[in-house]
Amino acid sequence: MTAEQMNKTEKMTGARMFLECLRKEGVEKIFGYPGGVILHIYDELYKCDFIEHYLVRHEQAAVHAAEGYARITGKPGVVLVTSGPGACNTITGIANAYYDSYPLVVFTGQVDSKLIGNDAFQESDIVGITRSCCKHNYLVKNISELPRIIKESFHIAQTGKPGPVVISLPKDILTSKMEFNYPDKINLPGYNPTYEGHPIQCRRALKSLCEAKRPVIISGGGVIHSDAWQEVRELARKLNIPVATTLMGIGSYPQDDQLSLGMLGMHGNYWANHAVSNCDVLFAVGTRFNDRITGCLKRFAKDAKVIHVDIDPCSISKNVNVDIPIVGDAKNVLNLMLNEYNTGKYSFDEESRKNWIKQIEAWKECRAKFAVENAGLRPQTVIEHIYNKTKDRDTVIATEVGQHQMWTAQLYKFSKPRQLVTSGGLGTMGFGFPAAIGAQIADKNKLVFNIAGDGSIQMNIQELMTCVDYKIPVKIAVINNGYLGMVRQWQEKLFDKHYSQTPISSPDYVKLAEAYGILGLRITDESQIDEALDKAIAYDGPVIMDFIVEPFEMVYPWVLAGKPLNETLLSNDSDEKKQGV
Amino acid sequence: MKHTISVLVKNEPGILSSVCDLFSTRGFNIESLTVAATIDPIFSRITIVTVGDEVVIEQICKQLNRLINTIKVVELPKSAEKCIDRELILCKVTAKDDVRNEILRISEIFGAKIVDVSTETYTLEFSGDTRQVSTLLALLKPLGVKELVRSGMVAITRENQFINLNK
Repeated sequence: MTAEQMNKTEKMTGARMFLECLRKEGVEKIFGYPGGVILHIYDELYKCDFIEHYLVRHEQAAVHAAEGYARITGKPGVVLVTSGPGACNTITGIANAYYDSYPLVVFTGQVDSKLIGNDAFQESDIVGITRSCCKHNYLVKNISELPRIIKESFHIAQTGKPGPVVISLPKDILTSKMEFNYPDKINLPGYNPTYEGHPIQCRRALKSLCEAKRPVIISGGGVIHSDAWQEVRELARKLNIPVATTLMGIGSYPQDDQLSLGMLGMHGNYWANHAVSNCDVLFAVGTRFNDRITGCLKRFAKDAKVIHVDIDPCSISKNVNVDIPIVGDAKNVLNLMLNEYNTGKYSFDEESRKNWIKQIEAWKECRAKFAVENAGLRPQTVIEHIYNKTKDRDTVIATEVGQHQMWTAQLYKFSKPRQLVTSGGLGTMGFGFPAAIGAQIADKNKLVFNIAGDGSIQMNIQELMTCVDYKIPVKIAVINNGYLGMVRQWQEKLFDKHYSQTPISSPDYVKLAEAYGILGLRITDESQIDEALDKAIAYDGPVIMDFIVEPFEMVYPWVLAGKPLNETLLSNDSDEKKQGV
Repeated sequence: MKHTISVLVKNEPGILSSVCDLFSTRGFNIESLTVAATIDPIFSRITIVTVGDEVVIEQICKQLNRLINTIKVVELPKSAEKCIDRELILCKVTAKDDVRNEILRISEIFGAKIVDVSTETYTLEFSGDTRQVSTLLALLKPLGVKELVRSGMVAITRENQFINLNK
């Protein structure tokens, strides 16, 4: 009798059934932390040879690691934690994945069904708590529902606009027994994401792009989710349209390409912001027009006809009024448009395109300046060296949140999708390091860097031991300026240099590395960077590099919150009024 | 501007919370909300009366549709020619001596039923559209309303228009 046949006839516990469901979904790696009510699953895991479990040091890190895994593989990251505090610790991770639309399936233990609502030990209403920060959630009420719920969860997590799904597993469900039958079909009458774009809308969009004199494409995170970067490239090149990316869309268009405008938004390129401000047709794909992208909404692309492609109808006309909405999967929509274009019925005015690109080239003269003259080691220099050392390798860069994140987004010339792992929507400090761990677990052949700030790295630094345990060779580059730099930057410009609670101290990272039994390096001068990077890359294991950098460097370009994109500041002396074109 | 939205959902625990949470987390208003199972008990129908401009109502409908357990979301037409809406009240009115007859007269005019009588009170049952209910209450109030229960609105389209699973 095969295992399959046995599964059908033999009764099994919910705990065992849980693992069998994961096997059916092709899950090989999960991130988690054991605890009281899910002991039965951990007991089954002990005997299980088809799932690798990675033990973290804090449940939040398990969720971030699972998201890092999802970002590299495109498959859902799976998390297993206990009830109460274990479940509550996952919230930030779940919210982060929800904002950036990455697929996760998070299993949290729950007290015995009979005790739910009685304020039992380690009880928390995780279904209630996560309702507003996950795509969907379930409380399993009967073992007979378990396979269906798991099947639906994996389906919901990775279809439509991807996102996290939470499943609360009461203890008695894990111990009760039933025959295992994994459903083949999914019956969710209320869930039918629209994948095909409306052909008439696609044709209207194409016509507008062809008629445009000053068109711009914004390529967002949705382009990465739907694997549509080839199509974006083809459309941009065929129609000769410049492409700006959002932070989440970085990598969807190669930054060294002639038509690339790089990132737009609060810390986006001067020319990208001006191109969007002055365009006559804006073609936005897979972005929800976050306020960090648009600046002042009223003046965002104010003369432009806006075409918006998104799989989530809610994103359309939520922030920016859209003239041609297209609900659908980016890849399908772009293919429809490309096929239509290839019929030869469409043409555009090459002369006006040339003038537009010439105008953008002129804007490219306006580059950000350093904030500090005669500085010591500049943070920007560190990022540039990391780029030069890693650009010819299969590299993933994970960042935390803050100045170092923006410098990475600006200066590291990402050329491929799924190369930058960063927390965009929620802006979670402490995300990058565990996410880097997940990324490295997803593909052990990649070179994974975590570019971190000295503030952010201390939010999840306990995961160093996870790296040591599983020999995960993540290279951590701490851009150490002794401040919560981004907040300090706002205080310098907007709060009369009142550095309230932003100076932040750090342990001796080299000694810390020693305590964990890994390699620690301190770099204080530009001349030491390359040697340190060589050493770190060659080292077979995790490394912490402590880059002691100029504390008062600022991230420019900078559009102050609430200002329009064409008031992009380039240095401390910028007069925003004069900058407006 | 008031809008009535009819939402067909799976009849499962938690779905009402999801709908209410959506209104609170996104800053939408609920004027009234009623919910009960449909003729097919695996579905429930929620009728929500809300206030907002066209853009807000469009977002509300899209966001409601986005919930996994929501089957169908329809904004009901405002015109009485296309849609019937009703509210139900149970109202306990002070009914002593000289006003007892007055209350009976008002009830008769409105077609309200007296469903409970005591020496000092009448309890009226009445159903009608929002305007009728408000008018009746305005007349009863000076006579002494002791207790009032008012349901949220329920509404249905006229003639050959259905809101059910078949889209």
